[in-house]
Amino acid sequence: MNDIHHLTGAYALDAVDDIERARFELHLADCDDCSTEVLSLREAAFLLSETSVSLPPPSLRSAVLRDITKVRPLPPIVTRTPVVQRRWFPLLVAAALAAILGVGATVWQPWAPTQEASLSAADQVMGANDAVSVEVDLGESGRAVITRSVSLGKAVITTEDMVDAPSGKVFALWLQSPEGQMLAAGLMPAGANNQVMLTGDAATATGAGITVEPAGGSVEPTSDPIAVFDFSQAT
Amino acid sequence: MEHIRAVPDGVSDADTPSGAPARASTSSQSLNAELSQLFQLCSRGDEGAFARIYDATSSRAYGLALRVVRNPAHAEEIVQEAYLDAWRNSSRFDPARGSAMGWLLTIVHRKAVDRVRSAEAATQRDVTYERETRPFDHDQTAETAQSSLEAQRVRGAVATLTVVQREAVELAFFGGYTHTEVANLLDVPVGTAKTRIRDGLIRLRDAMGVGS
Repeated sequence: MNDIHHLTGAYALDAVDDIERARFELHLADCDDCSTEVLSLREAAFLLSETSVSLPPPSLRSAVLRDITKVRPLPPIVTRTPVVQRRWFPLLVAAALAAILGVGATVWQPWAPTQEASLSAADQVMGANDAVSVEVDLGESGRAVITRSVSLGKAVITTEDMVDAPSGKVFALWLQSPEGQMLAAGLMPAGANNQVMLTGDAATATGAGITVEPAGGSVEPTSDPIAVFDFSQAT
Repeated sequence: MEHIRAVPDGVSDADTPSGAPARASTSSQSLNAELSQLFQLCSRGDEGAFARIYDATSSRAYGLALRVVRNPAHAEEIVQEAYLDAWRNSSRFDPARGSAMGWLLTIVHRKAVDRVRSAEAATQRDVTYERETRPFDHDQTAETAQSSLEAQRVRGAVATLTVVQREAVELAFFGGYTHTEVANLLDVPVGTAKTRIRDGLIRLRDAMGVGS
């Protein structure tokens, strides 16, 4: 039995740090056994507090009831649409898209898939005159920046302090086509700090995302993205 | 000290026959059914329903927060924030994923734990010192609950845990320590602490007959 399954009890008691929580929640999304166990253990845990009952001061009641008059309850979450059919970002307007297509595939040359060559290719993207970046802060789980050069048709992701993908999983990269399709753009290697070139045509992409996929990757995203990069917001 | 626990109309705490097998009691089941309905009303903006939820749950919420953070002023802040979160998220409560009381106390506990950890991160706590000064198995706030039948049932279930399981569960739950800190406090490997917490909770769950 994989070690991560044993974290159900500690997770149910909030006896995990933020990084462990983030990792375990990624695991829970895929592990029905652990989800069921967490729910039942959490119920058991909160029965424990039956032995720690204490009347709050009456002033607390008035404070709580005053607070809620100023806050509107959130709307319910309505039906989920299948992930693969959902666009992560709206399409760019046609005019902007045409402008991008116009300068699309001019300069790009394929690079030999060696580590050294891909680093220098990444450096070219990072240094391109038209390079723009979108950063996503994942809190305790790390940070990721995608830098794209439309003229080079390439994008580079740079990660800092990223947590590991859950056991048996990988972080997969995706580019969203102008038609709204998620196109596989490679897998993140292990490690907290990486710089990786996305595969595929980044010139026309309207955005990018990271999902958690089974080891080896998937042909299309099988889970909600943990990070999305909207290229219309790039600076 | 005599404790008065607010209970919604028609719900009695005293209807669990003594000597009955330890199953989730009918009183807590009907309380949770009522709380679920009340949360549904809250999601539509019913402030009166929320007041009833508060009256039925606040001594549990406050008692838990106080047990974890110790400081009454901090416990009040935590409970106030937690109820506001519960109000805001009332439409997100899903009875299929656990009891209403558990859902509410989860919010309270998480906030209490965040509070002690952020306070302790600021002071670089010494776990040896904490171990000596933060007794975990003396119910400082719990004397009020001694007479509750429900609490007696829980105590009976807790008694089925091994000493080391109980110690690990209580340090994690009431102490607000991470499982890694629990391992350090108990001077056992991290995997051992993790297993004790899980095995202890499984035993507690099975003794209380919940979630199965």
